[in-house]
Amino acid sequence: MPVIVKDLKYADSHEWAKVDGNSATIGITDHAQDHLGDVVYVELPEVGKSISQGSGFGAVESVKATSDVYSPVSGKVTEVNEELNSSPGLINASPYENGWIIKVEMSDKDEINKLMDSDQYSKFCQEEDAKH
Amino acid sequence: MRGGLWQLGQSITRRLAQADKKTVARRYFSAEAELKKTVLYDFHVANGGKMVPFAGWSMPIQYKDSIMDSTLNCRQNGSLFDVSHMCGLSLKGKDSISFLEKLVIADVAGLAHGVGTLTVFTNEKGGAIDDSVITKVKDDHIYLVVNAGCRDKDLAHIEEHMKAFKAKGGDVSWHIHDERSLLALQGPLAAPALQHLTKEDLSKIYFGEFRILDINGAQCFLTRTGYTGEDGFEISVPSENAVDLAKAILEKSEGKVRLTGLGARDSLRLEAGLCLYGNDMEQHVTPVEAGLTWAIGKRRRAEGGFLGAEVILKQLEEGPRVRRVGFFSTGPPPRSHSEIQDDKGKGIGEVTSGGFSPCLKKNIAMGYVKSGSHKAGTKVKMIIRGKAYDGVVTKMPFVPTKYYKPT
Repeated sequence: MPVIVKDLKYADSHEWAKVDGNSATIGITDHAQDHLGDVVYVELPEVGKSISQGSGFGAVESVKATSDVYSPVSGKVTEVNEELNSSPGLINASPYENGWIIKVEMSDKDEINKLMDSDQYSKFCQEEDAKH
Repeated sequence: MRGGLWQLGQSITRRLAQADKKTVARRYFSAEAELKKTVLYDFHVANGGKMVPFAGWSMPIQYKDSIMDSTLNCRQNGSLFDVSHMCGLSLKGKDSISFLEKLVIADVAGLAHGVGTLTVFTNEKGGAIDDSVITKVKDDHIYLVVNAGCRDKDLAHIEEHMKAFKAKGGDVSWHIHDERSLLALQGPLAAPALQHLTKEDLSKIYFGEFRILDINGAQCFLTRTGYTGEDGFEISVPSENAVDLAKAILEKSEGKVRLTGLGARDSLRLEAGLCLYGNDMEQHVTPVEAGLTWAIGKRRRAEGGFLGAEVILKQLEEGPRVRRVGFFSTGPPPRSHSEIQDDKGKGIGEVTSGGFSPCLKKNIAMGYVKSGSHKAGTKVKMIIRGKAYDGVVTKMPFVPTKYYKPT
């Protein structure tokens, strides 16, 4: 079973957000990296870019497939994980820690309420897998 | 990530789709219950195979290990693939050769008994209907294997021409080998593992050669060929013996040869510079453009006599307008339909297959560019999600092939 971290918020497109005040750290979930397989390239946005909830801000490429990454929150990109340029495999090895993708200064904190908590996301993954 | 991860996992299936797009789309969305299963289906599932729809079949895209590891293991040890979805058929009758030569570019008459070759079925415009490995078993028996996704259209095409041929008194008939399954055994341990299961001396069977022989107690059609660039075999086995044979091969390799899915198969064939029909070759692409001029027999170039010969022979004389070439590139891996530009930003072509090479640890791709931009070393730009990344035209295969040939 994929690892799901308790205090994070989750989008149905399989990104997580770790909220700290007005800032959110964003990455893809263990479930997502497991389905993607070996990540070979991560396309990062520019620092300062405005992003909105539900819209794409980058891409993760694995041997198997290309996948767009969607932002779980709206705001401005304050930091990107440059480590991923040289070590894209961090997404596989440490999806919730060293494999984080961007940090965002949130423009609308209420959006967090539209995201799932760990229990809801866990159930969501089970249902999605069961469908197939 | 969007659209559900399951669909994401399917994107390779779409990338691998071998038939014309409409057929694949229809089959791809068909209910899972409608998918055909090979006799190895339960064996795949028991071994951790992740099953996906592929050309109307439920096939393993990978097993427990990653596509990266699976690809590397094939080149280091070996892989066993279930390719029973592909369609094997025999043409029988004294006019089999002259019949088939109307449809393909190969010099079938010039093949020795028990020797096969890669060929292309062409249409009236010289475009490729499918690629196929054909073997002259005897003068009155040709064995061939066509792509799963092309099965229906290939059989319809062959049947239509066969009717006309027979109406003029030609002696040819076919048998579709639906009673058989097809396994591909590839990699350096392929021959040593298989040798345990047959009395025939495999060291005397070279690349492209064919035998009908007993393997693990069943009468098999064995061709020393494959789709990975490695030495290896394709084994057509009676379906009731297929699971036993798969188990025996894995056992005789002491677990070093591993079950390998479609995902690694795609990486392996790309590294070997081999075309995937539906991606790198299509109805409107001629064998000359696809870099398969070598497969047009010398006699066929002089005589023609196959569908689209006028177009193809003219291209041979004047040179094709576009050519299939290989690329290395930086940045994200190019995928099919990525635009290719010259170093001044002018569009010169399109990628047809691309990805990250597990063996070379860098991006590789193949695609079509205008003649003139096709020489190795030519600098290009790959356009991916609107950004340009550096690429260079490169000779193929990307990874050296290891076919077993007489020294």
